[in-house]
Amino acid sequence: MLLIRCPYCQEMRSEEEFSNAGEAHIVRPPDPAALSDAEWGDYLHFRKNPRGLHREIWVHTAGCRRYFNVLRDTVSYEILEVYPAGVSESDAPGKTTP
Amino acid sequence: MEKYSLLSLFRHAGRHHEDWPRAWRDPAPKADYDTVIVGGGGHGLATAYYLASKHGVTDVAVVEKGYLGGGNTGRNTTIVRSNYLRDEAAHLYDFSLTLWEGLSQELNFNVMFSPRGVMSLGHTLQEMRDIERRVNANRLNGIDGEILTTAQVQKRVPLLNCSPKSRYPVMGASWQPRGGIARHDAVAWGFARAADAHGVDILQQTEVTGIRQRNGAVTGVETSRGFIGARRVACVTAGNSGVLARMAGLRLPIESRPLQALVSEPLKPCLDTVVMSNAVHCYISQADKGDLVIGAGADGYNGYGQRGSFRIIEHTLSAVCELFPAFSRVRMNRQWGGIVDICPDACPVIGKTPVEGLYFNCGWGTGGFKATPGSGYVFADTLANERPHPLAEPFALDRFASGALIDEHGAAGVAH
Repeated sequence: MLLIRCPYCQEMRSEEEFSNAGEAHIVRPPDPAALSDAEWGDYLHFRKNPRGLHREIWVHTAGCRRYFNVLRDTVSYEILEVYPAGVSESDAPGKTTP
Repeated sequence: MEKYSLLSLFRHAGRHHEDWPRAWRDPAPKADYDTVIVGGGGHGLATAYYLASKHGVTDVAVVEKGYLGGGNTGRNTTIVRSNYLRDEAAHLYDFSLTLWEGLSQELNFNVMFSPRGVMSLGHTLQEMRDIERRVNANRLNGIDGEILTTAQVQKRVPLLNCSPKSRYPVMGASWQPRGGIARHDAVAWGFARAADAHGVDILQQTEVTGIRQRNGAVTGVETSRGFIGARRVACVTAGNSGVLARMAGLRLPIESRPLQALVSEPLKPCLDTVVMSNAVHCYISQADKGDLVIGAGADGYNGYGQRGSFRIIEHTLSAVCELFPAFSRVRMNRQWGGIVDICPDACPVIGKTPVEGLYFNCGWGTGGFKATPGSGYVFADTLANERPHPLAEPFALDRFASGALIDEHGAAGVAH
């Protein structure tokens, strides 16, 4: 059971209040019509799925209902960073392995 | 390989069972092989067996980082069925089911396949419509299926709470009589023993740490026991497929999550079929030694920890108690998780990758056990002939570019 600190509510709450919304910092291509099928398929379906540090989106479903980002280890499940949505990957706190 | 038979049992009984030969060898790795299969679970061992037995490719190594069947092969709820909605998936899983029916004889190893029928409950009008659609689609594909009324369900499963007053009343069910359960460890051992008899080297405690390539073609794998050269590398590593893909510089349309299951203390026989419910989310059967085998859901987020979240267990057990009030006082013995590789369309990825000689068979997600023999068969055929087996063709990686996904969330989403 994860305990997550919502960056908006500033409270440590149980995982049951939250929903996961997948990998974070996936930028929508500015002109989808200009992409090849393979590039569009890559954007839609292909994910990093790392064994280790993972940046992901969560939403505080049973709380403020706002989206935010989490840096979490997918092996130990330790949450290293929590930061609001809208922060770009280059400005995000914490480090991931490439 | 010594043939297992009543006669061999008598012969060894006379010698106090002290001289049974080892079921498979423990060879040192050779410098190179024609084909290296990464992953010694059911699918990998089945691939090796069919490569050797059907295609005469015996210069094969199966490389396993732990012990045989220690991953998802030994962590599932052993349900075998083929009632999938889409033609592509239905054909593949039903081909697998026909292999299950003769598997113990083929391998000369009792995999304890028990076709005791699989029942999927419907609790709402919409679910009953979906069940009708799926059963009709199955029958058009030549797969057995029936729609049961509440009274028929109650007759088959007396302990099930079919009261109209229950929170989610049972309105009927789909029923596949050919479905059932099997002994999961025996599947890995049976394939391992038969593959070994054909000369396949099974290398346990050998972890792959890298995939070596030259000019866009694979040349072998780096392992914890040194480099092993190979003309073809076939990755069958379920939840860790993404890790292997990353070693080769590839990405996959897969996310890895823990899927949980648990077993109870052994009970007298009380449930002689497999019961599953999508709506309240549980599936349950009784193993031959008496334990209730209960399947829970996958976590809602990625993870490689083979345990899973407690809230999932809580949710599943509340559903079990609702459906089977008599089980509310049964004690649970063990709980575990396996890392499943989930594709966006809940269907596998079988076939070539952009790297020449590198093949993947992954993405079986929450329902790979039932496909073990079929998966190995079509993947071996794909490897040996260097073109997709007709049943595997729709499951190639390029479907994520073409958009021809095979949406099986309805059939694969719950029942594993």
